Amino acid sequence: MNAMATSNSTAPSDISDAPPDAGTAWEELVTSALLGTDRRRPQVSVGPGQDLPGALLDAAAVETVRRRAGLRPTSAAVLPERAAPDTRPPLPAAARRRLALLLTDRPGAGGGRRSTAPDLTELLPQWLALANDHGYAAPAELLPALLDAARGRTDLRPQALRFAGPRALWLARLNPDWKFALRTAPGGKGLPDTGDAEAVQRLWEEGLFAERVALLAAVRVDAPEVARELLGGSWSTERAEDRLMFLDSLRAGLSDGDESFLERALSDRSRNIRATAAELLSALPNSALAARMADRASSCVAMDPTRSAITVEAPHACDAAMERDGVVSQAPSGRGQRAWWLGQLVESTPLAAWSARLGGRSAEEITALPVHDDWRPELHAAWCRAAVRQRDAVWARALLGVPSAPEAGGPGAVSLAERAKLLAVLPGTERADWVAGFIDAHGLSEAFQLLGVCTLPWSGKLGRAVVDALNIARDAGSYPWSFSGVMGLAERCLDPAETSRLESLTAISDEPEDGAPGAVGYWAEAFQRLVGTLNLRAAMAAELTPREAVDIPA
Amino acid sequence: MAGSNVADMNQQGVRWTADQVLALAPDVASRKAGSKLGAAGPWSETGSSSEGAVWGLCKGSGSKPYQTVVDTTGPAYKCSCPSRKFPCKHALGLLLLWAEPDGADGTVPDTRPPEWAEQWLADRRKRTAATGGDQSTPATAKAGDAEAARRRAERRAERATAGATELEQRLTDLLRGGLADAEQAGYGLWEETARRMVDAQVPGLASRVQELGAIPSSGAGWPVRLLEECALLHLLDQAWLRREQLPEPLAATVRARLGLPTSADGPPVRDQWLVLAQYDSAEGKLTTRRIWLHGVASGRTALLLSFGAAGRAPELALPVGFSLDAEVSSFPGTGQLRAALGERFAAPEPTPLRPEAVNIADATAAYGIALRDDPWLDSWPVTLREVVPVQEDEGDGWQLADADGKFALPLSDRAVTRPGLWKLVAISGGAPVTVFGECGHNGFTPLTAWPTEEATEAISLS
Repeated sequence: MNAMATSNSTAPSDISDAPPDAGTAWEELVTSALLGTDRRRPQVSVGPGQDLPGALLDAAAVETVRRRAGLRPTSAAVLPERAAPDTRPPLPAAARRRLALLLTDRPGAGGGRRSTAPDLTELLPQWLALANDHGYAAPAELLPALLDAARGRTDLRPQALRFAGPRALWLARLNPDWKFALRTAPGGKGLPDTGDAEAVQRLWEEGLFAERVALLAAVRVDAPEVARELLGGSWSTERAEDRLMFLDSLRAGLSDGDESFLERALSDRSRNIRATAAELLSALPNSALAARMADRASSCVAMDPTRSAITVEAPHACDAAMERDGVVSQAPSGRGQRAWWLGQLVESTPLAAWSARLGGRSAEEITALPVHDDWRPELHAAWCRAAVRQRDAVWARALLGVPSAPEAGGPGAVSLAERAKLLAVLPGTERADWVAGFIDAHGLSEAFQLLGVCTLPWSGKLGRAVVDALNIARDAGSYPWSFSGVMGLAERCLDPAETSRLESLTAISDEPEDGAPGAVGYWAEAFQRLVGTLNLRAAMAAELTPREAVDIPA
Repeated sequence: MAGSNVADMNQQGVRWTADQVLALAPDVASRKAGSKLGAAGPWSETGSSSEGAVWGLCKGSGSKPYQTVVDTTGPAYKCSCPSRKFPCKHALGLLLLWAEPDGADGTVPDTRPPEWAEQWLADRRKRTAATGGDQSTPATAKAGDAEAARRRAERRAERATAGATELEQRLTDLLRGGLADAEQAGYGLWEETARRMVDAQVPGLASRVQELGAIPSSGAGWPVRLLEECALLHLLDQAWLRREQLPEPLAATVRARLGLPTSADGPPVRDQWLVLAQYDSAEGKLTTRRIWLHGVASGRTALLLSFGAAGRAPELALPVGFSLDAEVSSFPGTGQLRAALGERFAAPEPTPLRPEAVNIADATAAYGIALRDDPWLDSWPVTLREVVPVQEDEGDGWQLADADGKFALPLSDRAVTRPGLWKLVAISGGAPVTVFGECGHNGFTPLTAWPTEEATEAISLS
């Protein structure tokens, strides 16, 4: 059907209703054509030597060209509201080109074995973080690709949506594929002044979920008590999953002032909300819940009569009061009921309480104490969880111990996953130093998880430890794909300034006699990709660094 | 690059910008692959000479590195890799490495070419010097060849006449029995007729017949569309069968529509040609690339076609939003915008210039006027001024509305299903934009957009 013709385009069945104009003539032709000229004779003049179908086609050709030549615009639909302006500075041209490339790259396009070319998709999160640090506006034409990328990768969403800015939200309202943006987009724009009580209240009552989360976060920074009032006011009418999200957003800037609100949430209808409230309360060492838990835990853990070891007497029951404080009574299958309760009590107890309970000893001394009856793993694991939850660097350090200690590499009391979490509590440089020490002593095979929590880019010491360890692995004659995880991390995390130290490793050296066949070539390839990626990251960072309008000289 | 720089563009030894290099990429994949190689990592022994040569060794997956040489004055490329794309990713990567602003820092130093590069460069210079003088030798072709060509053309015309006559007979039968029967007969009927047209060496008729086959299953209103297309096919048959009575330019249009061989014999027009749009469409194994150009001085719009067979990318690639100092020659025929690119005097460079834009009413009128010269036209290239992409009140349709919200052009089905639609919507953000595209009876297909405010950059929607 002619997309634009408005008057002439009725279906053949409407003929009887059509007004007697040029449109009718056309409809007549269509009807004859549909039924066949044998069955319905068209009202057309037949030229000499011409048959009826030919005459019909002649007339139809004239009509078709006439209709097409006479196309007129249609009337406009309602114009959309305009997107809110993005006041951030535009991306430099080179960075824009880079982003377009990062967004068109699809993982696995090369198929099979990794080549020497860098993996661009893995660099997108870093690129977005850098661009956000500089506060650039996203180029409008790349927003669809950016939203598509964020749709497929939830880990990208926070950075991608922050970078995408207000126009992405405007777009997301038009395309159902991008609905997720309306729920996850961070705020920062379009929020009322947190001092404007009326505007705040209105947005809180009428806003989209993402806007309300952003509003709550903003108000919480400026006036925590107002934020609690907002939340308290609408709490009972919120959906359970929204309540959980709001509660979770209290994690940032959690303070003693939040305690009474959280105490009330302990009696919530939803179990997840009760558990989250209890967890948040236990992270407040001065809270009543923390004190109750400390009481319970203290009655289970004590110094033995010789004052040289710890004895543990796990709880015999989980009463209603414990359950209200977030203790889950049913143990997962395979775990002892009493040990399960003990772990929950200890992890919710303020770590500061232990020094008093265990003879004024320091965290370091306490963690070094022997524990009777094989309770050590259970107790230490709970302390680890407490140190992570309470972000206690002193306890984290004590539980981590010395990185070069022989048991650090083996199956010690503290698992690698827990170590990684403990490391995250420490300051960035200390983290890097600890992991560097660990790699020096134990090599790379266990280091992957630990490297994952180190801050970017890796410090010089850590970077050198990784490169040296890779070099040792190469000399040992193993294949590089045994280390592909660490290699991939190194590509993303090594400081590009280290590139010069790596150049020599990209050369193909002689095969060691006892090495795996061909390994030398694969290693050279892997190092080439490493160097290539580092160069690319250096270029990416340089492109994003603003410079005073450098014009290429004519 | 500043406008004053135009004359320097081709100057030997002047380094290009990364944009100029990427503009040479034959397709998106090469662009990407080339960009990845545009870092020092895999390269060694790179260099460039003041004569416009750039060379280097690129470490690939094999033990022997690829040897890559580029003569930027052509540009021409040589690489020892097995890729059949020109330029290959290595050539692109090398040029990116060499390009401003980084290449001059010493990554690709000015020096003498090594022997392996020098040999090719020297050969090339010899060849260019040899062919430079006698580009127009066809005039000296022997008279016997001309006679043979005439006989070949005659035979081809006879077969086309047989094809057109047969097609007329089939259309007559179809109309006698009714289009409703054709719906029941389905695809097979048209497939067979299309094959007959291929045998008659009239590819233009064959593809039109093939398209007829899809209409009965294209949803409501199909009888109207099928009658329209049958009638225009009939018109084309009749025009061919009575071509002696047509004025020569219209007869040339008919020959072009039939798909008979034709050549760009119009006088070459030198101009600054804006590259308005470039997009590919795949028909079977053949990829057709369409590039729309607009002459700044001549005001002419021209369409370049380039073909890639069996999955290969078409060779010609021009960057949207750039302008090109070049000669363009038209193909014969009224209402025909098709042209061929002749001599290029400089590499394409970015330009702030835009084609003149019209309002919505003028756009539909322009299509109507163009139909006088070529009634088989499906669309006509226009640049719309100040339009806003708007979702239609009902259904999934979109339109381009003028800024005061009165008139609108619906977007074609083709446009609504392409990712370019969302690019256009994002660029607009509800504000008016300037849009180049194809305006016709199927609606408007946007191809390139310019944000109205301050920015001058053209954004390709394909």
